[in-house]
Amino acid sequence: MYSQGLIGADGATGETPEFLARFQARIDAEEKIEPNDAMPEGYRRTLIRQIGQHAHSEIVGMLPEGNWITRAPSLKRKAALLAKVQDEGGHGLYLYAAAETLGVSREQMTEELLSGKAKYSSIFNYPTLSWADIGVIGWLVDGAAIMNQIPLCRCSYGPYARAMIRVCKEESFHQRQGYEIVMTLARGTPAQREMAQDALNRWWWPSLMMFGPSDGDSQHSDQSMSWKIKRFTNDELRQKFIDATVPQAEFLGLTVPDPELRWNEEKGGYDHGPIDWAEFWRVVKGGGQMNVDRIRDRRKAWEDGAWVREAALAHAEKRRARRVAQAAE
Amino acid sequence: MAQETPLWEVFIRPRNGLSHKHVGSLHAADEVLALQAARDVYTRRGEGVSIWVVPSRAITASDPDHAAETFEPTADKIYRHPSFYDIPDDVGHM
Amino acid sequence: MPALFDAVLELADDHLILGHRLSEWCGHAPMLEEDLALPNMALDLIGTARTLYDYAAQLEGKGRSEDDLAFLRVEREYRNLLICERPNGDFAQTMLRQLYFAAFMEPYWAAAVDSPDAVIRGVAGKAMKEMAYHVRHAGEWVIRLGDGTEDSAARMQAAVAELHRFTGEIFEESAASAALVAEGVLPARAGMRPAWDRVIGMIFAEAMLEAPEVPYPQTGGRRGLHGEHLGHLLAEMQYLQRAYPGATW
Repeated sequence: MYSQGLIGADGATGETPEFLARFQARIDAEEKIEPNDAMPEGYRRTLIRQIGQHAHSEIVGMLPEGNWITRAPSLKRKAALLAKVQDEGGHGLYLYAAAETLGVSREQMTEELLSGKAKYSSIFNYPTLSWADIGVIGWLVDGAAIMNQIPLCRCSYGPYARAMIRVCKEESFHQRQGYEIVMTLARGTPAQREMAQDALNRWWWPSLMMFGPSDGDSQHSDQSMSWKIKRFTNDELRQKFIDATVPQAEFLGLTVPDPELRWNEEKGGYDHGPIDWAEFWRVVKGGGQMNVDRIRDRRKAWEDGAWVREAALAHAEKRRARRVAQAAE
Repeated sequence: MAQETPLWEVFIRPRNGLSHKHVGSLHAADEVLALQAARDVYTRRGEGVSIWVVPSRAITASDPDHAAETFEPTADKIYRHPSFYDIPDDVGHM
Repeated sequence: MPALFDAVLELADDHLILGHRLSEWCGHAPMLEEDLALPNMALDLIGTARTLYDYAAQLEGKGRSEDDLAFLRVEREYRNLLICERPNGDFAQTMLRQLYFAAFMEPYWAAAVDSPDAVIRGVAGKAMKEMAYHVRHAGEWVIRLGDGTEDSAARMQAAVAELHRFTGEIFEESAASAALVAEGVLPARAGMRPAWDRVIGMIFAEAMLEAPEVPYPQTGGRRGLHGEHLGHLLAEMQYLQRAYPGATW
């Protein structure tokens, strides 16, 4: 997600200093920028990239959880998971629409995703191996997403901020349904407990990586911060997430898989062990176990659906022609 | 590049007595599919009682470059606002 | 009241199995808008199934839950219509299957709102509106695919050839439902025929589709005589409940 979307973003811009200063003044005055407003090319490019990657993350994110819709263990869980995965699709749709206000089409963005040119959150390149993964994804991955998305509701670009407000409102049930699943497992049989701990072990570090590289290594963070496309740094958000999540794990009697995790009284937050950034970059660049499968699945849906989309357009054209012919009679 | 499915703007009336409000956009080949998609995408949580869909290309927008001449001339017409007029409190609510 | 239990279970199975099939589309639909529409329909069906299973469990009075009924019965104990278990196929088949089913259930539930059974009445009042929407949504797609491109028309006609042979079973009564029809608790299935024929006829006319002669109508779901697909669906759906007996989820 989301701040990972800035990896490789080119915020460079060719406008006059006066124009850029005027634009920056609007941003500093907390004015929202709307689609037809004049904006620096770098601002537009950065937004297209970030919103597009955010949208792709929602769409690709449907796959790992969708993997368990048909195997959900009760009818209640089945309905909730289906509604949740459906929501992710909706969020992708709102975000594509927000990006489209910047002059890029959904078809273009889809092609970029399928060609591997556009990225999406690295977290979705891990496989969902057990039902507990569905709980832990809701708890950790949606939890991390919410941390990231709440500040984006105040993003300087109006359509993105409005999409995020809708997303955040809808997403409030996602994390709770995930946590409830994990809680049920943690209080269940020894096998269920083990399933929950195993899922936490596998998803903890990838969840921390969702916030993107450390501030020192994140090249385009500064420009995005001053344009208020981003409102907190990667490390600030990651710290907030850890501080919120560790007590939730303790409540469940589950162990966070980080032997160096310690409360630091002085900073009022947890210290954590080193994140394996080599793994992060490997997965971002396509080396995760599921990268190839995810794109293959998306490509299959897109290509298998082509005849449906074409038929709908052809039918619309026929109806238009018939209406014209009728009017002429 | 495949042929693009047209974009629609969606407006929803949350309940009778309120205006339709813009809620977002979607893609559909025609107006019937657009209405159904609007229902499925934008009213999953009981958000509305009536939907409008409008082809995005049918909307004509004012130019932000003309915002100054379009909107600012109204700023000094303060006599259009009730607070411009001095009426003693003794008169009561007016 | 074993007949009522059986008849409610039949309806519940129809809704769950078809809802499960639709849920398989989530994330794989031809366009994002349909990725939202298909789960909406699936959720309607699963919601109705849950109410009906819950009612069946109460009627039985043996302490079984909705999940016990859904997850712990095997193929031969499932009573759903064959059309509900047919694989999704392509989008044309999925939409046609939905149209065939919903065009029956809409008038069926509309007739059941006068049932003396309060639970049936309650389900009917809600489900008739849901089914009306499914008819519209699936019907609009059948029209567009039937009268779209040459390719889509061929696929749509192929879907009709594939699925029409399962439509006769929709109008059949089981022993259980026949008993309840006689008591006036459930509407007679055969009574829905004119409404179904009219809706399908109208949509087919617009879609330029022809209903084929069916030399060998297929039936048997109500007696647990299913096709081979249902076993796989159940194996997948029931896996966790079977692998961890007695666990709470």
